Amino acid sequence: MADTLDRRAPVTRPISPHLQIYRLPLTLVMSGLHRITGFVLYFGMLLVCWWFLAAAQGPNAYAKFQWFAGSIIGQIVILGYTWSLIHHTLGGIRHLIWDTGRGFGPQEREWLAAATIIGSLALTFVVALIGYLAMGGSR
Amino acid sequence: MSGITPDSAPKHFRTALAKVRGRGAAKSGTGDFWMQRMTSVAGVPLTIMAIVIGIFLLGRNQAAAAQILGSPLVGIIMLLFVICTVVHMKIGMQEIVVDYVPDESTKLTLLLANTFFCWSVGVISVYALLKLSFGL
Ligand code: HEM
Repeated sequence: MADTLDRRAPVTRPISPHLQIYRLPLTLVMSGLHRITGFVLYFGMLLVCWWFLAAAQGPNAYAKFQWFAGSIIGQIVILGYTWSLIHHTLGGIRHLIWDTGRGFGPQEREWLAAATIIGSLALTFVVALIGYLAMGGSR
Repeated sequence: MSGITPDSAPKHFRTALAKVRGRGAAKSGTGDFWMQRMTSVAGVPLTIMAIVIGIFLLGRNQAAAAQILGSPLVGIIMLLFVICTVVHMKIGMQEIVVDYVPDESTKLTLLLANTFFCWSVGVISVYALLKLSFGL
């Protein structure tokens, strides 16, 4: 065994996908993001639950929720939740297309993956902009 | 070892139903798979509507928010959104747990916690929405 290895000419080409030359496939990243956003949304339901409960409880409880929603951390959390929800929904539609047996071709795969991330970022921007304007713009 | 001759070859390749019932890492069979698809399909319009309603409520005070969330159409849409989502996210988290947790007792503990969490979030949200609609 060692004998054979010793006699082999030194290999100069990269012999396996190496960290420096490996391009992370977009489809792989989108697969991971679907799971991560699903995980985030799971705990995000606590926020939705708090929102409904605060509205049902009365002005004081709602003021507390609005104080959080208006804080820097609250704004970041809500923006992250919004993007997660939109991204996961688009990713979910992609899964549903796959469930019909379509969308597995080499180009379709890439196209769907790109549409998911570009679509989610664009839609989140639109929703955030509408939200910003609805809150009265910069005050 | 290789006793397969044309005589003893299986006549069909389907596993008997009795043998697969309740199988899978979470012991729930294919019911969850189907439920996950149904809640995904229903989730698309419900999520879009929930986002629109959410935008609509931005910056309003409690009285206005309570009135809108308590109106029949909005209330029903939000109830459907919550119920659909908690069913969906329970199965989704269960899938994540069984993928990453090989240890049987840790797995069962997490599956139990998942069930409690989803039921709690679901019931509290439904309670709040019904209170907004009927002022119980
Ligand atoms: C707030 C709402 C939502 C929550 C909390 C949520 C949560 C989750 C979780 C935790 C998973 C498991 C992730 C995984 O196994 O990789 C999942 C999977 C999934 N979600 Fe959602 N989700 C939500 C909304 C939606 C919507 C609106 C759709 C619409 C298409 C959707 C479609 C899917 C699909 C198809 C899967 C299965 C993916 C697979 O088979 O690997 N989800 N979701």
